[in-house]
Amino acid sequence: MAEIQELLWILAKILVIVIPLFTAVAYMTYAERKVVGWAHVRKGPNKIGIWGLLQPLADAGKLVMKEIIIPSAANKVMFLLAPVLSLAPALAVWAVIPFDEGLVLADINVGLLYVLAMTSMGVYGVLVAGWSSNSKYALLGALRSAAQVVSYEIAMGFALVGVLMAAGSLNLSDIVRAQEGPFWHWYWLPLLPLFMVYWIAGVAETNRLPFDMVEGESEIVAGFQVEYSGMSFAVFFLAEYTNMILVGAIAAIAFLGGWYSPFHGIPVLGPIFDVVPGIVWFCLKVGFFQFCYFWIRASFPRYRYDQIMRLGWKVLIPVTLVWLVVESGLILAGVGPWF
Amino acid sequence: MRAVRDFINSFFLVELIRGLMLTGRYLFSRKFTIEYPEESAPKSPRFRGLHALRRYPNGEERCIACKLCEAVCPALAITIESAPREDGTRRTTRYEVDLFKCIYCGFCEESCPVDSIVLTRVHEFYMERRGENIITKPQLLALGEKYEEQIAADRALDAPYR
Repeated sequence: MAEIQELLWILAKILVIVIPLFTAVAYMTYAERKVVGWAHVRKGPNKIGIWGLLQPLADAGKLVMKEIIIPSAANKVMFLLAPVLSLAPALAVWAVIPFDEGLVLADINVGLLYVLAMTSMGVYGVLVAGWSSNSKYALLGALRSAAQVVSYEIAMGFALVGVLMAAGSLNLSDIVRAQEGPFWHWYWLPLLPLFMVYWIAGVAETNRLPFDMVEGESEIVAGFQVEYSGMSFAVFFLAEYTNMILVGAIAAIAFLGGWYSPFHGIPVLGPIFDVVPGIVWFCLKVGFFQFCYFWIRASFPRYRYDQIMRLGWKVLIPVTLVWLVVESGLILAGVGPWF
Repeated sequence: MRAVRDFINSFFLVELIRGLMLTGRYLFSRKFTIEYPEESAPKSPRFRGLHALRRYPNGEERCIACKLCEAVCPALAITIESAPREDGTRRTTRYEVDLFKCIYCGFCEESCPVDSIVLTRVHEFYMERRGENIITKPQLLALGEKYEEQIAADRALDAPYR
């Protein structure tokens, strides 16, 4: 009996995170179409429900109804396993994300390491999908994905190393607490180069424009997901958007002070803004990054493959390395706002 | 020098931020979208849509079966057969337009000496079954009666330029 109770309790905890997350994903597709539409001087979806607010439900309904087509040449087991492989790590990371002071499912001390490990796992779903589809476009997309994700993982990891050096901890909650204070105490200012590198690498890591070589509609149709339809496609879609929110959440935790309000600790403004619960500030920060995703998508053309590699290896990694050396020097010299 | 400037512009994301600002401005500009079924773009009085055969105000059909339209039609979309009516005037017994062949060039309307065949503003029409693409004389006359007001107004607007 106790085991069942324990199991139900775990299940409830999972649902409390996953259901709002999937709702957020659904409405991100809506927000994306709206923002990209506005940038194109269009209106975006506005027919289904007020302001088109029911559009995500309609899309989900359509995808659920559609047939899952399995190519006859595909490796059936791997083909169906691939979407799960890409969604599972994307969801698993959310266990260590602190939404508010103490509001975290697993407050483990190696949170940042766990995040990096899990986000790197996501690429296997893409690789398996590309290989098992037995289609040249899918394979090309998967190979591009492998190269791109491996390159940008390094820059992203280094950027987060800078954060953990400054915070002196791998625990995500401790990283946020180390930034306690108004917005100029957050790490985005002292670690600005790392913040930019992290963000650029994060966009590349989630295979979003302008780094969507993996999908590359005009070159390889839809890349690794070219053979997927219906729900199997929807699961990839969920994984991609969950990862986008995740990159935004890590950015908010590592660089924008997590759940702290921008005026935390200022005499008059501080108490006023502290009335708003921390989770709202956290969501606002994550939302800001999602908006940046859409904004960037609406603004920039896709990189060429060699340009992506050049940017990753010859610009982002040197920048992070230099800044890490500078930061270590500052820490050794005992200067810097993080003391 | 130029290389240095280019490097600074791209390394410090100056150009990218400039690009983002541009799209950011458009984010808030007035939208051009016309929500089609509810709204539609303004249409020229010279719009060449679905065909119609007109009548005189006294109800007499204008067409005198001169077959100029049939002759001028580059797509051979018009088929006309004619015969004398009881009162001795020449009239069409058959006047058919194949909407699939028609290229909506408007030559038939230009060639018509009595302003009988016209292209109306109607562009929202469809066929459900094979054969419905050929519209017959009664249908054309009915279309003319239905849209006569609009047709006459459009012709009056365009009259100075003819």
